[in-house]
Amino acid sequence: MIRGESLSKTFGDFQAVRPLDIHIREHGITAIMGGSGSGKTTLLRLLSGLERPSTGHVWFAGEDLSRISERRLFKLREQMGMVFQYSALLNSLDVYGNVAFPLHEHTSLDEKIIRRIVMMKLEQVGLRGFEDLMPSELSGGMAKRVAFARAMAMDPRVVFFDEPTSGLDPISSGVITSLIHDTVRQAHMTAVVVTHDVHAGLSIADHVILMWQGAIIASGSPDEIRASDDDRVRQFIEGRPDGPIPFSRSTRPYLDDLLEIKP
Amino acid sequence: MGPGGFLTPICTIFGRLGRRFLMFLQAMGDATVLSTDSLAHLLRRPWQGRHFIVQLHALGVDSLIIIIITGAFTGMVLALQGYYTLAKFGSESLLGAGVALSIIRELGPVLGAFMVIGRAGSSITAEIGIMRVTEQLDALQMMAVNPKARIILPRIVAATIALPLLVAIFDVIGIAAGYLVGVDLLGVNPGSYVAEMTAKVTEHDLNGGWVKAIVFGFMIGVICTFMGYRAEPTTEGVARATTQAVVIASVGVLMIDYILTSFFL
Repeated sequence: MIRGESLSKTFGDFQAVRPLDIHIREHGITAIMGGSGSGKTTLLRLLSGLERPSTGHVWFAGEDLSRISERRLFKLREQMGMVFQYSALLNSLDVYGNVAFPLHEHTSLDEKIIRRIVMMKLEQVGLRGFEDLMPSELSGGMAKRVAFARAMAMDPRVVFFDEPTSGLDPISSGVITSLIHDTVRQAHMTAVVVTHDVHAGLSIADHVILMWQGAIIASGSPDEIRASDDDRVRQFIEGRPDGPIPFSRSTRPYLDDLLEIKP
Repeated sequence: MGPGGFLTPICTIFGRLGRRFLMFLQAMGDATVLSTDSLAHLLRRPWQGRHFIVQLHALGVDSLIIIIITGAFTGMVLALQGYYTLAKFGSESLLGAGVALSIIRELGPVLGAFMVIGRAGSSITAEIGIMRVTEQLDALQMMAVNPKARIILPRIVAATIALPLLVAIFDVIGIAAGYLVGVDLLGVNPGSYVAEMTAKVTEHDLNGGWVKAIVFGFMIGVICTFMGYRAEPTTEGVARATTQAVVIASVGVLMIDYILTSFFL
C-alpha cells in the first residue's frame, strides 16, 4: 500500500529520520510508536507526502510521492485522510462546515446528500446535534472526533492519525481508540497511527513499528513486540525510566553544572 | 593580538552583513516563488471567486472607515499648511491644485497603503501564521486543497484590486475635506479652488496615482501572505512575522514610491 525506501529526513544539522525502509500493509492498522522526539511524526509526514524526504522514495498506489508534481500529489490526496495531533479544524467553519469541507471541495453532490453524509459521519463519532458549534466551543476530545469524521468524509483508502489520544482523558482516549479500530475494520481501510500510548497502540494495531532516535528498532505484531527481549523495547512498553533510552538528555555531569565547572 | 588579529572583527562584521544579505536574497526568492506559484492558479480550476469576494470585503469594505478618516484629516491639514505657505506668495487661489496634486500623486497611495498594511496586512499575516501553527494549512493539503490557491491567491488579488479603490475614495474625501477647510474656514474663493484643481490636475497625475496604488496593493499582498506562510510555527514566530510584515511592507512602499515617482515625474 505505502512503501518507504531508504527514507530519511534532515532539518539543518539534525537528522529526524535516519535512512530506513518501511512497508505499510493494506487493510489494517500499523502503529508507529516511540518516545517524544523519536521521529515518528516526521515519518508520518513523509509517508503522507506532507514532507519531501531528504533521501529515498515513498511509494503510494504505485507512484513516488517524493518525485511527482504538486498537482498529482493533490490528486492522490483525495484517497487519503488525516487526523492531526491538535485536530487542525478550520476555525472559520462550524462542525458541519468542517466535516462537509472535503465533500464540497471534491464532489458535485447535492447539498441534501452532503448533509446526510455529514450526519452519518457525525452519528458515527457520537456528535450528531453538535453541527452548529464552532471549533472554539469544542472540548479536545470532541474536536478530535470532528477531525476523525472529517478525515472519513470521503471514505479514503488510507487514514493517518498523529497522536490521536494525546491530551485526552481516559474515556475520550478509549472512544477514539475504539473508533479507529471499528471504522478501519468495517470499511476495510488502511490506517497508520502514530502514538506513544503503548496500551492504545498495542491493542488496535495489526503491525507495530517502534522507533528511537530516528531509526526503527523493532517491528512486528503486537504479540511479537510484547515478547521482545530487546532492552529498548522492554523499557518503552514497560515505561521504565532507567534503561538504554535515557530520560535525561544532558551529556554533562549534573554536579559540573551545579558548581559551574567549565568543561 | 596575533598577526592579522585586527582584521578579525572587520571580517566578522562583513561576514554577518553578507549572511544577512544572502538571507534577504533567499527570502526574496522564496516570496517570488510562492506568489508566482499562487498566481498560476488564476488560470486553473477550481476558480476561487467566492474566496476572492470574501477577501475583497475584509480588505476593502472593512478598511473604509479608517481610509475615510485618514483621507479627511490629510486633506484638512494639507489645506491649512498649503494656505499658510501660499498666502506668503499671494497665491491662495492655487490651494485646490496644491491639495489635489499632493493627494492624488503622493499622499493618497502612500497613506492609503500604510492604513491597509496596519489594518488588513497585519491581520493577513497573523491569520495565515496561526493557520500554520494550528496545522490548518497542513490539513488543507491533506484534504487535497492547495493553500496557495485557497489562502494566498485570493488575498494577493484582493489587495491588488482593493487598494486602488480605497485610494480613489481617499483622494475624493481628502480633496473635499481640503475644500471645506480652504473655502469655508479660510475664505478661499470656491471657484478658484475648483478651477485651479481641474486645470492643473492632468490624466498623467491620475495615472501615476493609480499605478502606485496597484503596485503597492500587489506588494502588500505578496509580503503579508509570504510572511504568514513561512512564519515559524510558534506564538512568538507569528508575532515576529506580523511585525516584520508591517515593517517590510511599509519600508517597501516608501522605496517603491521613490522609484515610481521618478518614472512618473
